[in-house]
Amino acid sequence: MQERHFNLLCIFFLLAIPIAGLVLDEPYYITLATKVTILAIAGVGLNLALGYGGLISFGHAAFFGVGGYVAGIIASHALNYDPILEWPFLIEGTTQMLILWPLAIVISAFFALIIGLLSLRTNGVYFIMITLAFAQMIYYFAISWPSYGGEDGLSVYLRSSFPGLNTMDGLTFFGICFVWLMFAVWLSSRMTNSGFGLALQASKQNAVRVAAVGIKPFKVQLIAFVLSGAITGLAGALYTDLNRFVSPSVLSWHTSGEIMIFVILGGVARLYGPLVGAAVFIVLEQTLGGVTENWQFWLGLILIIVVLFARGGVIGLLTKEVRNE
Amino acid sequence: MSITLFIEQVLNGLQFGFMLFLMSAGLTLVFGVMGLINLAHGSFYMIGAFAAAAIASWTGSFWLGLLASLMAAAIAGALVEMVVIRRLYKRDHLDQVLATFALILLFSEATRWLFGAFPLYLDVPAILSGSLTLPMGIVYSKYRLFIIIVGILIAIGLFLLISKTRLGVRIRAGESDREMIAALGVNISKLYTIVFALGAALAGLAGALIGSIQSVEVGMGEPVLILAFVVIVIGGIGSIKGALIGALLVGLTDTLGRFLLPALFGAFLDPASATSIGSAIASMLIYILMAAVLIYRPSGLYGKMA
Repeated sequence: MQERHFNLLCIFFLLAIPIAGLVLDEPYYITLATKVTILAIAGVGLNLALGYGGLISFGHAAFFGVGGYVAGIIASHALNYDPILEWPFLIEGTTQMLILWPLAIVISAFFALIIGLLSLRTNGVYFIMITLAFAQMIYYFAISWPSYGGEDGLSVYLRSSFPGLNTMDGLTFFGICFVWLMFAVWLSSRMTNSGFGLALQASKQNAVRVAAVGIKPFKVQLIAFVLSGAITGLAGALYTDLNRFVSPSVLSWHTSGEIMIFVILGGVARLYGPLVGAAVFIVLEQTLGGVTENWQFWLGLILIIVVLFARGGVIGLLTKEVRNE
Repeated sequence: MSITLFIEQVLNGLQFGFMLFLMSAGLTLVFGVMGLINLAHGSFYMIGAFAAAAIASWTGSFWLGLLASLMAAAIAGALVEMVVIRRLYKRDHLDQVLATFALILLFSEATRWLFGAFPLYLDVPAILSGSLTLPMGIVYSKYRLFIIIVGILIAIGLFLLISKTRLGVRIRAGESDREMIAALGVNISKLYTIVFALGAALAGLAGALIGSIQSVEVGMGEPVLILAFVVIVIGGIGSIKGALIGALLVGLTDTLGRFLLPALFGAFLDPASATSIGSAIASMLIYILMAAVLIYRPSGLYGKMA
């Protein structure tokens, strides 16, 4: 099977599951499909840095969590009729997605800019560890800062609104997330095939040569890292709306590890890798969790087998498309 | 604030630092010699603690428990190296991170299955319980002092092992040129298994020692693992000396930060917000330290320049 056809099949399945949920009157299917879609968006974000740029970030939970907290904090202010800022000028909270999304994107991009500026000075294992350290910094801050729930997290009891749509309807909200996923995939496909994307992939292979032809690898990598953080931040905002709850656990290193697993499980630097990875992960979690209490043991075993014997992830395994990596 | 209280906190910081050193020494050796990132190192810490708790409650002897922690972690380390880790040396860091992340899931669930979800407790032996009066009237826990002494002894032992013994020569040679020492007839895969088991045993010992202060439970290794990574990154990956300096630096910064910062903020804020801001910043302090070190020296304090 060609990767192109496989990708179409993935989209078909992603759309079929919530519709099946509607027909069979199983709203849980819709929630699961929405969860997969949102996590896939986070993975598409990470894939840009990790897959195409070779920047192994072990701290993308930071952007996922920052996006989530931005959406959660602003919405909770609006729901409690408690202005965010009264002085020097009044800023009210809002539950309008059209305002929450750009804010989540911009603020997580800003975090990615700061973290990227400092982290990109290092490389290899040091890069993995410094991104992890920054994420942990934000994690511990969220735990010990009491204003927004601290360790207990922050409840947002109503899903944010979108003009003309009823977002409380599961299928509608799935639709919104699906459109975002398609947009993120389209964006990363356009980017990686552009001159910028070529420079990025070249920087992964040989930064010295890229510098020799007059392109600054640092700048290219920083832009990719910021975009990557922004997309993951948007996913975080959607995730808060899905759960109507945000807690420091979205900032924990487990989240970073899981987003990374989606990307690797599906296939690194493949457009639909994060979607396949997130879907396989969630399906495994659900089915194993139903069969045995110790499902994490079997999940771990499957992951090890995938790493050791299925290089190129699930897509690589199924499409038999050879890649030089 | 009294000076005795301050010295007590410095001792706590040293105790924490030496415990981190036991954890990081193995991690940094494995990285230096084999070039492997091992997220599952925290699992050996957990295995050591559980083995110590189980054997100590079965035999009634704390010392047998400590011995068991070393043995159990070393055996687990050797087994994991031979079955899984060995296949990862030639892979990139991404595969190593994912596979060892998966190993954490395996070990945690297996331990939960064997010992149940409830925490176990490990009692301090009678000879080390209670406290000791040090010069200047400082009263300090005997057991924590014991951890500091064990840490110092192991640090000395490791330096001697690396610099004076044949095994140490091979480890250092393996760090600088693995093809060459393989060509000279050293059984490199056996060497790797030994280094990995040695690192695992030290982590297991750390787990057993801390198990008597805190509870022994599944997932106890993960917070320590992240701290150990901070330590080796600050010290420079691959350097035992760096691990020692980094561990003490992190231990002291964390302990003193939690102790001093709330008091510092209390000087100009009301007590409630001083405590919350102070503790929020104190919990971030070691990560700020790590970021500062990496910005100043991108390969850590004693790391080789890439």
